[in-house]
Amino acid sequence: MSRTLSAPVTVAFDYTRSTGPVVGRFLSGLRDGVVVGGRTSTGQVVVPPLEFDPVTHEATTEFVEVSPVGTVTSWTWVPEPVKDQPFDRPFAFALVTLDGADAPLLHALDVSSPAEVTTGMRVRVRWAAERVGHINDIACFEPLAPGEAEAAAPAASSEEPVTGVVTKVSLDYQYAASPEESLFYRGLNEGRIMGQRCPTCQKVYVPPRSACPSDGTPTVEEVELSQTGTITTFCIVNVPFLGQKITPPYVSAYVLLDGADIAVLHLILGVPADEVRMGMRVKAVWKPKDEWAYSLENIDHFAPTGDPDADYDTYKHHL
Amino acid sequence: MGKQPAAIIGVGQTHHRAKREDVSMAGLCREAIDRALLDANLTLDDIDAIVVGKAPDLFEGVMMPELFLAEALGAAGKPLLRVHTAGSVGGSTAIVASSLVQAGVHKRVLTVAYEKQSESNAMWALSVPLPFNMPVHAGAGGYFAPHVRSYIRRSQAPTHVGAIVAAKDRNNALKNPYAHLHNEGTTVESVLASQMLWDPIRYDETCPSSDGACALVIVDEDTAKSSPNPAWIHGTVMRSEATTAAERDQVNPQAGRDAAAALWKQAGITSPIDEIDAAEIYVPFSWFEPMWLENLGFAAEGDGWKLTEAGETAMTGRIPVNCSGGVLSSNPIGASGMLRFGEAALQVRGAAGEHQVDGARKALGHAYGGGSQFFAMWVVGADKPSN
Repeated sequence: MSRTLSAPVTVAFDYTRSTGPVVGRFLSGLRDGVVVGGRTSTGQVVVPPLEFDPVTHEATTEFVEVSPVGTVTSWTWVPEPVKDQPFDRPFAFALVTLDGADAPLLHALDVSSPAEVTTGMRVRVRWAAERVGHINDIACFEPLAPGEAEAAAPAASSEEPVTGVVTKVSLDYQYAASPEESLFYRGLNEGRIMGQRCPTCQKVYVPPRSACPSDGTPTVEEVELSQTGTITTFCIVNVPFLGQKITPPYVSAYVLLDGADIAVLHLILGVPADEVRMGMRVKAVWKPKDEWAYSLENIDHFAPTGDPDADYDTYKHHL
Repeated sequence: MGKQPAAIIGVGQTHHRAKREDVSMAGLCREAIDRALLDANLTLDDIDAIVVGKAPDLFEGVMMPELFLAEALGAAGKPLLRVHTAGSVGGSTAIVASSLVQAGVHKRVLTVAYEKQSESNAMWALSVPLPFNMPVHAGAGGYFAPHVRSYIRRSQAPTHVGAIVAAKDRNNALKNPYAHLHNEGTTVESVLASQMLWDPIRYDETCPSSDGACALVIVDEDTAKSSPNPAWIHGTVMRSEATTAAERDQVNPQAGRDAAAALWKQAGITSPIDEIDAAEIYVPFSWFEPMWLENLGFAAEGDGWKLTEAGETAMTGRIPVNCSGGVLSSNPIGASGMLRFGEAALQVRGAAGEHQVDGARKALGHAYGGGSQFFAMWVVGADKPSN
């Protein structure tokens, strides 16, 4: 068995980007089937346009339509494409200076082998079948044979200017618990709540840390904690939000387990939310054993023991 | 050689809104920067170095945005630093910028902080479930609400004090044309009638989610001579503490107390409530006003709410707090700390417009972040410091 536990976690969100007027002008052009550059104060045409001039720092206001045909100025080969790249087959990324522009644009070049790419080769835009005002409206560049005419410009659209794009971001992590946390989660899988005592300050931490946050001493002595404790403080979550796992309203409470020196955050059930109190004595209520995993979620919730509330003085230094 | 004098001669901010869909991140920053430079009567070419700050990258989903922003911020050919200390970042960014001047490294430093919260959802970004853990987290409100409850218990404060703060700040915001919320007619009663979100925190007692930026121009003594009203820096302090130490005081954190004590000492202040004329304190949830009044030493422990309840934190009170409307009225998270620092500077420059405190000579700017583990604060004054 591995010393530490790990599990996959995905962090994903569809970000809504405001483009601002300059990048918006470029993306509106792509949607309409034209490539738009911006003219700098020194007369250069840059694609995509710079939001602010590199010399005067003023916002770019002069826009120039450039040709969809251009010249490769440099390139690199992508032998093994990864997820979400322009192609699922080998391709080139190329810097292409479009006719009428002074600076190159980076995009994919659709060729089947590196032998088909040369610096100086002529290429043209291959437009996407459906254009929405996004850099992917240019599907890629493709080689332009000598004497071949450039592709007919697709029909222009008359829609509103593009002001935003949706950027889908998704990160896949392997979350690795520390050895001490792994001890804690393994304990939960056996119905036990494990902590560790700091040899310097004698505080019992649950979950155990790799080192005491106060004095930095590595913690090694294992302590099994009581399954009952005291609610130090809490809030009642009434607000729904994206990604929420528990349906509101619910009580999110700090539970100071007997024998621990720090409270754990958990869910309180078995009592109406408005009857939960600071100082209330609660006990762990476990899920059925066949649902257990290496998780704090094995404890379904904490519920009142029915004992008298703890005296404020016994937990006030934990607030 | 000791610390060199430094002063703020330019303050700029955006019109803060829920969604600034008319500008990009770069455009948002430049709106604040251009206003700060205009105020300072300088151009980007006059600037020696740029310091940028923002809160977690997950908010906009752009890792290390300083890379793509460098040119728009005018940083080509100049030093560019990025600072991050969660919600306090606007304050710590301003402090890093000021330290470059105080150390004599640069003469004219531009600093900017921003957040474009409309690009994602802060509740989501602050509550991403982790494997093995209990998914009971519920954003910043869910984090701070239990500690607000602890404060109420510990101080025995009447439960309407939070509503007093919210009503005050929302009415102050009506005097600030840049504020996000302009909620006419907010009263203690209307706040108390608003929905309970994270009990004991009500809807009207929480900050909005805003797009916005703030920029400051911080200069040396020579350059400051060109300004009719420089705000001199009298003291700057940052402190951090361990978020998860056993028996850590979450209501009155040690790092905040230590930072405040060091700040008052640096600024030569012995009685903050008597010597500070205006305070811009980071109050994202209304109850943090009395909590920070105590943490900062404006009131004894347990007495912060008494100042609030007595109206002493109103614009006409003994210690006006958040005359700009504060975080409760505009919260572009990364910029919120710098807005506090900038609004403090505006007060001592006599440039706060309708929310000016008459004759303000010394002001506090304050920010905190993370689970109350980062603190940043400064004192600015109309007079050059003697120390």
